[in-house]
Amino acid sequence: MNEIQLLTWVRGPGLNIAIGVFLLGTIWRLFEIYSLGRKQDIAAARARAGASGWHTIFRRSLPAPGLMQRSPISYVGGYIFHVGLAIVVFLFAPHIMLVQGLTGLSWPGLPSPVIDGVTVITLAAMLVMLFDRINRPVKRFLSTFEDYATWALTFLPLLTGYLAVKHLLLPYTAMLAVHILSVELLLIVLPFCKLFHAVTVFGSRWYNGNINGRRGVPV
Amino acid sequence: MSASLQKGIDVLKEVIDAPVASFFASCVHCGLCAEACLFYTETDDPKYTPIHKLEPLRRVYSREYTLLGRLGKMLGLSKPVSDDELEAWSELVYDSCTMCGRCSLVCPVGNDIVYMVRKLREGMAVSGHAPQGIQEAVKRTIEIGSPMGVKWPAIQHVIKDQEAETELKIPIDQPGVDVLVLMSSMEVINYPEYLGALAKIFHKSGVTWTLSSEASEATNAGIQIGVSDLAREIVARIVNAAEKLGVKRVLSPECGHAYMAIRWEGPNLMGRPFPFEVVHVLELLDELRRAGKLKMKDQFTTPVTLHDPCQIVRRGGVLDAPEPLLRQVVSDYRPMPDGNKWNWCCGGGGGASSIQEPAAEALRFKAFQVKKRQIEASGVNTMVTFCSNCRIVMEEAVDHYEMKTQLLGLTELLAAHLED
Repeated sequence: MNEIQLLTWVRGPGLNIAIGVFLLGTIWRLFEIYSLGRKQDIAAARARAGASGWHTIFRRSLPAPGLMQRSPISYVGGYIFHVGLAIVVFLFAPHIMLVQGLTGLSWPGLPSPVIDGVTVITLAAMLVMLFDRINRPVKRFLSTFEDYATWALTFLPLLTGYLAVKHLLLPYTAMLAVHILSVELLLIVLPFCKLFHAVTVFGSRWYNGNINGRRGVPV
Repeated sequence: MSASLQKGIDVLKEVIDAPVASFFASCVHCGLCAEACLFYTETDDPKYTPIHKLEPLRRVYSREYTLLGRLGKMLGLSKPVSDDELEAWSELVYDSCTMCGRCSLVCPVGNDIVYMVRKLREGMAVSGHAPQGIQEAVKRTIEIGSPMGVKWPAIQHVIKDQEAETELKIPIDQPGVDVLVLMSSMEVINYPEYLGALAKIFHKSGVTWTLSSEASEATNAGIQIGVSDLAREIVARIVNAAEKLGVKRVLSPECGHAYMAIRWEGPNLMGRPFPFEVVHVLELLDELRRAGKLKMKDQFTTPVTLHDPCQIVRRGGVLDAPEPLLRQVVSDYRPMPDGNKWNWCCGGGGGASSIQEPAAEALRFKAFQVKKRQIEASGVNTMVTFCSNCRIVMEEAVDHYEMKTQLLGLTELLAAHLED
């Protein structure tokens, strides 16, 4: 299989398989988690402004008092990485064209040099966060193979995308194929590992806000 | 697998619900919960990271309720949770967790970690891995009616003393009154003046009330150890007494876990809403204050700071009553850093204070260092609180560190300065 054949495969059957596994996996996992249900809380609720699941979905995006000082890399690195990743994934013109081709939806993107800059910053933030995971005793203690593997699976698409755009290391066609392949790997594992927090984070925050909100505590 | 271990694992399977599954699915191992836990911040030992304390529960969740986990179980790739593992986790689930719930407020993905600790304790207790100190407290509560073994004659003695002290009649088993007053054994033994304080305040403000000879104990060791059947039996005593007397309200004393047990867990344990209202003593006092029925003759002028008990404030939702009540009676209030729902635990909640092992006690003193810093930052030597367990735990720690801090109960302080 040469580069062109590989690119054709990853753009065709490969992409279909990845998206299929991602969608079915996501539906399965959502069912697996939320179909467990929960018992109704019978205690008479205490109403309080700002204490609800919906409030917590938004409020939890901000650091708790004092924690920014205690773990600055987690927050600063976390913000840069998440926002950077979202910009690169959703506002890079070729990505928008891909979505348009699949769904017909389209929106304005950012100029390529801006995306280049954001990518470099995001990659740097990820490296710093990897360093922090190894360096910080609590994170190192909690970390398993999954934490490092998912880091790599998230890092690779960013890196290979950047290398492809910059025509570095491999010929463009080959690097683009590797880039798409790395995204497909990410899509396939996402529902089955901690990366699924991208979906469940909303449910978790809502539950926490609801459980404590019924007692009148905005969390 | 032993029968008790099998039972424990079955219970864990039963308590795992959608929130638990969502929480475990969301954890990214960022470690921020550690920064909110006094057992980590004061020891720097990563094993005290709150989410790590839940590892046995997470493993049961993964093996039983996830596709990949079940596959791994079928292929023999993952080992089942063992007795040794649960025994090793006892220290993490009981000694070094006071169920203060501070971690649940900081997790960026929103995991309510203390919600899961409460559930893990169900399996730990059933499989026989709860600390002996808490097991004994539960046994005494079931058999005698009090975790500290206080019997009704001892309470009668306190009633007599307080009647003599206040020259007021303390009503017993009086039907049809507004409020059924509960006590915690800690108050009966260490702070009996709480009862006299209530007698004074209620007399002055015209609240009708009673004690019950059948249900005077408010605390619930069944919840702390994590056995819902026993917790239900303990709550039922109060519910039966309150229904028999036909009171409008049941008053939870200055005890954090008692409030959590009756107000929030109670109806869920009984499986039905209560025909009476459960209020914390501070909620009632603040109601009286707002109605102009809690007037002071003078003010306490010594500068004071305030310790907010976790189960009443952060977890119980009594957020607005403490400060206005304190300001009603003191002229110089100096808030400590991280107050109200962000307060740090005394170190002895969740049953931790009834664990007598030297290692657990040493850990409690170590964890108290954060409270010590808070007190020092407030710059005063008098600290007011409204939980008898917090108070006794902190009094012991204050002695341990040879601090000058004096502790006061808010209800007693208000009563002492009440208008004649």
